[in-house]
Amino acid sequence: MSKVQIMTGNQAAALGAMLSNVQVVAAYPITPQSQLAEIMSQYIEGGKLRAEYVRVESEHSALTVCISASTVGARVFTATSANGLLYMHEQLHWAAGARLPIVMCCVNRGVGAPWTIFNDQQDSLSQRDTGWIQIYCRNNQEIIDTVIQAYRIAEKVYVPVMVNFDGFVLSHTMMPVEIPDAGKVRTFLPPYRPHTILSPEDPRNINPVLFPWRRENTEGVLCDGYMEMRYKLQAALENAREQILETDAAFHESFGRKHGGMLWEYRTEDAEVILTGMGSIASEATAAADILREEGLKIGVVGIRVFRPFPKEDVRQAFKKAQVIVVFEKAISYGYEGGLCSDLKSAFYGTDIRAPIHGYVAGLGGRDVKARELAEAAKASMADMKAGQIEKNTTWLNCFTG
Amino acid sequence: MPENLFKLNAKEYILPGSRACQGCGLSLAYRYMLKALRENTIVTLPASCLCVLQGIYPSTPVMIPALNNSFASTAASASGIVAGLQALNRSDITVVGMAGDGGTFDMGIQALSGAAERETDFIYVCYDNEGYMNTGTQRSSATPLGAITTTTPVLTKQQHKKDFIKIVEAHDIPYLATVSPSYPIDLYEKFVRAKKIKGTRYIHMYIGCPPGWVYPPKDTVKMGRLAVETGLAVLFEIEDGKFRFTGRSKTMAQKGTRLPVINYVEKQGRFKKMNIEQLNQLQAWVDRKWDEYLRRAE
Repeated sequence: MSKVQIMTGNQAAALGAMLSNVQVVAAYPITPQSQLAEIMSQYIEGGKLRAEYVRVESEHSALTVCISASTVGARVFTATSANGLLYMHEQLHWAAGARLPIVMCCVNRGVGAPWTIFNDQQDSLSQRDTGWIQIYCRNNQEIIDTVIQAYRIAEKVYVPVMVNFDGFVLSHTMMPVEIPDAGKVRTFLPPYRPHTILSPEDPRNINPVLFPWRRENTEGVLCDGYMEMRYKLQAALENAREQILETDAAFHESFGRKHGGMLWEYRTEDAEVILTGMGSIASEATAAADILREEGLKIGVVGIRVFRPFPKEDVRQAFKKAQVIVVFEKAISYGYEGGLCSDLKSAFYGTDIRAPIHGYVAGLGGRDVKARELAEAAKASMADMKAGQIEKNTTWLNCFTG
Repeated sequence: MPENLFKLNAKEYILPGSRACQGCGLSLAYRYMLKALRENTIVTLPASCLCVLQGIYPSTPVMIPALNNSFASTAASASGIVAGLQALNRSDITVVGMAGDGGTFDMGIQALSGAAERETDFIYVCYDNEGYMNTGTQRSSATPLGAITTTTPVLTKQQHKKDFIKIVEAHDIPYLATVSPSYPIDLYEKFVRAKKIKGTRYIHMYIGCPPGWVYPPKDTVKMGRLAVETGLAVLFEIEDGKFRFTGRSKTMAQKGTRLPVINYVEKQGRFKKMNIEQLNQLQAWVDRKWDEYLRRAE
């Protein structure tokens, strides 16, 4: 029986991990993730979840524990934020390179210096090229469901998954959440089978040094070199799309909810202007769309749910009829523009999608972004484009740039 | 001691053809260590000489399962293996984290301290060849005073070696021992003992390095003996806080025989720029440490 409870995003993520029957948890506290790490310890010490909890001395070690426990065959979970994620950076590459199905929540927060504890997405965006699947959630229901989905995806394609949700905006905000039935989750999520197990029964030297070229093993079989292994990681991420879609469909069948697979759409049927973003800012954009619809404008929203692998086919479909595209991002690639803005432009290259794309950076370090402000920004872009201003530098929303 | 040789496990876990340098002290120590720990063992290791010894994909000369991990990760990786095995109801496997002095004294100290404080059930092995040998003999905090390295090429190292064993001991772990591959029976027996104890166990290996220390590869065993006989390396074990000398160091403590450090220093090219003042400082440092150990053994 499923039931509805009011809970924070952190509680939803922890509950998702418990329902996924994780066997090893390693975490180091950081605002705004701390509550998530605390709840996991309550589950384990309270006997609700049979798992090992390693209270590590750093985030680097948190992910190392997950990497090693996953290699001996355990399902693992960790969570972090901001500088904690940056401190893990080396191990993010290691986890993906070793093809381990680790699931980690990143409770998105801005990074120092200077310090901020508040939300933006610079932390996870700056980990774009580590080989992890990145999923962005828009509400607490999606968080609990996505954590469960993430294990199924990761364990099918052997790529780690980062489940992102905005710090405070979601992590500390109570919302009603329907809790999936534990028995159904067990069926949805079969036990984890490692691709290569670290065990005395089958001694191997795992993650050793590789030479640039391919080499023969003792039986004379030519084995992969470093570059072949990198190619396989890239291929796994490209092929993950199919698995992400299949998982969301199967989840819908079991639990009656779907989250859009690679992306979700809101009032886009006849939309001439499409607002887009990831996570809670995309959610806020739906309220902006409602405001603009009341003014008679044909506005819709596309929320990018999966940022890596980038949903190229899906955005080509979703933005096909757009005449104006407005991107709201809580991160920037310094010296250029928002990463999502760049990726959308490149995804449309060579297609008939020629709509002008305006990029907005908003909400850095927790600066408030209201639906009304997103609506005003969208109208400003529409006016610019009508006046023939196709190209525009990234606009810093609600920021004194004088 | 010849009868003790028959106690050694005859099985070999490192096949001929490892990628270690000629005369590598680590390959000797690793061989005896694995004989003592036997099949039901998992080793985790960072980027290091040991990583090279373990071989280039897809072949390895080592028949014990091993996980390669990043430089600062050894003890955290062991924690993960222990937790994973525990979650899978496998408590019969000996987990070993093994890193060099760079991966222990310098980069790995945080993870090791964390794992020891959590009383993680594993053996941590530091093989101390007194520098970043795998990357070409750069200075580490384990490099002794007066040694030339590629990052102290002109002035030599100006500081003493970090007394890392004291830092480890401050974690109140149940077993701590020092070993040298020049004394294989002592090394073997300590690993056999460590294997039977629960909790975090720490074994410090003094490892001679022919290219890094600049001596002929045939002299590795001799260099290890000289290290012990001059008191630069001291063989002992600390079990539940109780200190006792072992092997050659025990005999030296009983008989009061200890060679001057010049006997060791003069045989290695890395000390060729050492001046008399540094030599005296090194001797005084060894004298002070040796006296501390003597007082503890009483």
